[in-house]
Amino acid sequence: MSTLHAKAAEEYLRHTDIVERHDKTFFGVRQKRDNMAQALPEWEDLREAASQIKKHTVSHLADYLQQFEENATRNGIHVHWAADAREYNDIVYQILSAHGVKKVVKSKSMLTEECHLNENLEQHGIEVIETDLGERILQMMHLAPSHIVMPALHVHREAIGDCFRSQGLMENLEYPNMPDDPNDPTYLTFVARMHLRRQFTEAQAGMTGANFGIASTGEVVVCTNEGNADMSTSIPKLHIVSMGIEKLIPDYASMGVFQRLLARCGTGQETTVYTSHFRGPRPGGEMHIVLVDNGRSQILSDPEHWQTLKCMRCGACMNTCPVYRRSAGYSYTYFIPGPIGINLGMLRGSRKYSDNVSACTLCCSCDNVCPVKVDLSTQIYRWRQQLDSMHRADATKKIMSRAMSFIFRHPKLYTRLVGSLHLARWVPSAMMKTPLNPWTYGHEMMKFPPKSFHQAWKDLKPKEDEQ
Amino acid sequence: MFIPCYVDALYPEVGVSTFKLLKALGLQVDYPERQTCCGQPMGNAGFEKLSEPLACTFDEIFAPYDYVVAPSVSCAAYVRLFHPQMLERHGHTCQASGKTLDLVEFLHDVVKVNSLPSRFPHKVSLHNSCHGVRELGLSSPSERNVPKFNKIKDLLQLVDGITVLEPERPDECCGFGGMFAVEEKDVSARMGLEKVRRHIATGAEYITGPDSSCLMHMDGIARRQGLDIKFIHVAQILAAGL
Repeated sequence: MSTLHAKAAEEYLRHTDIVERHDKTFFGVRQKRDNMAQALPEWEDLREAASQIKKHTVSHLADYLQQFEENATRNGIHVHWAADAREYNDIVYQILSAHGVKKVVKSKSMLTEECHLNENLEQHGIEVIETDLGERILQMMHLAPSHIVMPALHVHREAIGDCFRSQGLMENLEYPNMPDDPNDPTYLTFVARMHLRRQFTEAQAGMTGANFGIASTGEVVVCTNEGNADMSTSIPKLHIVSMGIEKLIPDYASMGVFQRLLARCGTGQETTVYTSHFRGPRPGGEMHIVLVDNGRSQILSDPEHWQTLKCMRCGACMNTCPVYRRSAGYSYTYFIPGPIGINLGMLRGSRKYSDNVSACTLCCSCDNVCPVKVDLSTQIYRWRQQLDSMHRADATKKIMSRAMSFIFRHPKLYTRLVGSLHLARWVPSAMMKTPLNPWTYGHEMMKFPPKSFHQAWKDLKPKEDEQ
Repeated sequence: MFIPCYVDALYPEVGVSTFKLLKALGLQVDYPERQTCCGQPMGNAGFEKLSEPLACTFDEIFAPYDYVVAPSVSCAAYVRLFHPQMLERHGHTCQASGKTLDLVEFLHDVVKVNSLPSRFPHKVSLHNSCHGVRELGLSSPSERNVPKFNKIKDLLQLVDGITVLEPERPDECCGFGGMFAVEEKDVSARMGLEKVRRHIATGAEYITGPDSSCLMHMDGIARRQGLDIKFIHVAQILAAGL
């Protein structure tokens, strides 16, 4: 009776110090977010506005997409449409190969992870360099992100130092006042900066994601803390934007709502350090936007799960999720972990990613931090109801549920059983601790009372003559 | 009174306290003996279909009463939030769901209790169960920017001699979650242990809450880990001395 998530979590939880640090780090981000929320009297109104704007936009998506394309085209941007990951990868490759690009620098984009763009371009002999520091570290370590906003927060600096050294990043570097600690954070940051600068100057193309696409102006907005999206687009002449069609918002007025929520929810900052609006190609350059569907239209037509399209990938649901904080990103089988990842994974492939549906106590904390009010826990509850018909339900849970339901449907049998539970008091506790009794894995057995409430009621209930 | 199955079987004293409290407040109290379970355990495990007949029976049993009061937030929340859609699938309109309340919200919002004859001269650490906080609104969720309130605390503070404390992370989940506790046993045990430790750190003698299932989970972990702390349901404190 355990899913792949539960098994991976069991392994992860053996390292109690790592778990403790992971939990504290991400709960710390949640608290920073709480402080931001408490500082704005209009916070709950902002969430409601953001939720309504997203609902409005996705329910008028075709119109807004058309408006966005018209305006972007007028701005001199080439707009492409990709129905799925394969079309998307082909389009990007075509653009790059037409320009003879050998090396691409890119800022963080969950969409490119979703479509496996990097692997695809590398197969065609194009070198792809992630420029978000966390993503770059993971890329050099051949690891996947463990969180969507802070992808490498689980890696400590000793491992980062070792990685940089093995990649030869320290060679021929002059650093004044070399610290005693070879993994000094300021020193490692300097090494990373020098390494990335070289990549920016060598690349022939820059790729970014899009946090928002504004229909009324035909521009995209990219938010980063490191300025790497700006470096990626300021040196190479070719800029390709990858944008999921759900990233669209109507206009500047709505942008103001999301701008105020995104960083506050994601990292507990008032705003990201860089919020860059890209409205057209640089002089003498070229700008392309690839609009990607890859299953999103399908989600839109799903009455139970369309709300996931409101998500703006701030990661707040992960930071607050008590299960995520104690099992970490790699315990989940989908590349996006936490509450939103459980749901997006099921929408990507319900049979393939059903092992994450167990990773939820239904505590509903995620519903309350979500800046766009996605009904995350309700959706997880709904997915659980579908596992049985997909033949992905846990056999033990099914037997237990059937047996319980049978007993509960027969009040006389139930009352007799509950009334005889006191007999269990005579069973030695050692006999209760068997693998057949999963409760005793982490718990002592409950103490059984001499009488059930049903039995106690016989003495409590008002006598006939009292009534 | 709706005394949920596991309270009936394992914590009858919580039911007895609930009864005494309601009687002491001058209410006419009945306990329909055909009642069993609201269906929550099967629903949360992914077998809501198996809960549907229970929801129908529940409605039939409790429809004639003015209020249905349960000393268990997650069960009351399940009836209120999930029963209507289940009954709708069977072509029924829920009668009982809307008037089913947890004991705390019933005392606080309906009876509007402002004094109690009870005495409990102890330090207690309050466990704000998730479904009480985020489904029934017994207290302001820590995630939200709303005025701070806590109905459980309001009631407990009417008890003579009590000191009510709250742990760090006052409404983080204890990790019970029904079958979650056995399916994700490692995460569940870890969450429970941390929660118990935070409660103990307040210096309290008791952990109290409006839901015996969270208390049962934490009690099992505390005893396994040899941690010295006692557990008591809010109803038992409110009825102490009655």
